[in-house]
Amino acid sequence: MAYTYLEFEKPISDLENKIEKLRGSGDIGKDIESEISKLSSQIEKLTKEVYSNLSIWQKVQVARHPHRPHFSDYIENIFSDFDELHGDRVFGEDKAIIGGLARFKKRPVVLVGQEKGKSTEDKISRNFGMAQPEGYRKTARLMKMAEDFELPLISFIDTPGAYPGIESEERGMSEAIAKNLSLLSNLKTPVIVIITGEGGSGGALAIGIGDHVCMLEHSIYAVASPEACASIVWRDGSKAKDAAEAMKVDASNLQNLGLVDEVIEEPLGGAHRDSRGVSNSISQVIEKKLHNFDEVDISDLLKKRYEKIMSYGSI
Amino acid sequence: MAKGWFNKILPSFVRRDSSNEKKSPVPQGLWQSCPNCKEIIYGPDLEFNLFVCPNCDHHIRIGARHRLSYLFDEDSYEEISSKLEAKDWLSFKDSKKYKDRLSEAQSNIDEKEAMISAFGKINGKEVVVSAFEFRFMGGSMGSVVGQKFIDAANKAIEMKCPFICFSTSGGARMQESLFSLFQMARTSAVLNTLKENKLPYISVLTDPIFGGVAASLAMLGDINIAEPKAQVGFAGPRVIEDTVRVKLPEGFQRSEFLLNHGMIDMIVHRSELKDKLSGLISKLHK
Ligand SMILES: [Zn+2]
Repeated sequence: MAYTYLEFEKPISDLENKIEKLRGSGDIGKDIESEISKLSSQIEKLTKEVYSNLSIWQKVQVARHPHRPHFSDYIENIFSDFDELHGDRVFGEDKAIIGGLARFKKRPVVLVGQEKGKSTEDKISRNFGMAQPEGYRKTARLMKMAEDFELPLISFIDTPGAYPGIESEERGMSEAIAKNLSLLSNLKTPVIVIITGEGGSGGALAIGIGDHVCMLEHSIYAVASPEACASIVWRDGSKAKDAAEAMKVDASNLQNLGLVDEVIEEPLGGAHRDSRGVSNSISQVIEKKLHNFDEVDISDLLKKRYEKIMSYGSI
Repeated sequence: MAKGWFNKILPSFVRRDSSNEKKSPVPQGLWQSCPNCKEIIYGPDLEFNLFVCPNCDHHIRIGARHRLSYLFDEDSYEEISSKLEAKDWLSFKDSKKYKDRLSEAQSNIDEKEAMISAFGKINGKEVVVSAFEFRFMGGSMGSVVGQKFIDAANKAIEMKCPFICFSTSGGARMQESLFSLFQMARTSAVLNTLKENKLPYISVLTDPIFGGVAASLAMLGDINIAEPKAQVGFAGPRVIEDTVRVKLPEGFQRSEFLLNHGMIDMIVHRSELKDKLSGLISKLHK
């Protein structure tokens, strides 16, 4: 796939193209080398500048960046020995959600998360990360498994939302999501939640209640997608930018509002520029948190989780 | 039939004069037209019939206070957390400020928020009841609705009595964004506590319910009951139509559809709801 730049990344890409050209010119010499190194430091400075001043709407674009790492990348980078487990045992298998057993630094864990897909074919088969009821029921089964075998549950969120379709309704989308909320709020094992890209609505929350809820620096999380909110509240879908700003969808605002526990810093220029780097940062958070939770009695953990849930918008 | 005679037997809440027209949750005036069959019905007849059309049995939407009055013995109940008012967490503003939308809704229908919670008796048995008010910003769930639901559930735990919720809601309230979304988690969590105390929770689905309310407290009843032909779903029909580009089947997302797909236990006529609820409760709770 050709590399895609966001509009505000254009000045960065222009400099990168210049370097490419110099390299491709075949000329070798001190002058060229020093020119390249000058350009490189310019790029770094510019990237820092651009990325430390992203507007909320620009963050929405970064969260949806075509090259942003996906759950499948994180599985590969952070965990080992992954066994994917399929199916909800009721109706079917939903590829919009991946789940399974893996090892985190030798220790077995249960993983669930949405996968938007990479190639066009893959995206279609995964329904762009928009799960149907069977996807959520698969996660419910795996959550229970985590509880039954005393394994930590780690959930990766990246979805525009649950899929709005006729069959979704026939098979009880509302019930599937509601059941997950009920299950997660009382699941007798540590739960770590990481919003890596888009945290869209109930389809995100259905795997999003936990003891430690964190967001990547440029990820977003809201009651509805900016487009949906715009068409509901503004009655104009093109007001998505205004909606994103009004909903304060970005990680740093949500942390300040006390709705997420931690923001994980992304590598310079965003996660899409350094998949390994961001995976390392996530890995460190998981390690630290699992270690913390090992020290806590499960009944205390559940009590704390309940108090945390009850604190959201408490009046 | 003379109007005076009806007025005597009607509970006070339906005796409204025309100055109250804009506050009314139901059609006003001496003659009403049914929103479904368009039949012209004598107003007091309609009221006497609990706002169910005598001609086509259409269940007309009614407000939260009507619900409570129909349910509680002698129209008597004690309100829970009645003074709570919404907080503008995000300083949200679209074409209007959220704050202004709130005060507008408050003055339009003379309620503070989109839910009323209350404690009282039905057929002699103590219960806590929450009822959504659809006329208040589409019955949308923000932090106050979540809080009132939680306070109601905790009151039920304190009084060791069952909990009933009448839902009617467009979903989570956009203007509180993630605070609204997280009310789905809060309300679902408090219902676990109710269950640990072996107290039944009955969810009554009334027209319409969508989004975050459907996908949390409305679907989590130990028993889910719906009024006839109530429209209940996760995604709104327009959103689905725009996504799948197919015309939706007849009766899609209606109570009968939900019953056929195994999502609810029963459909109960408004006139039988009170007795049905008290009967179910008496079996689940000593
Ligand atoms: Zn009618």
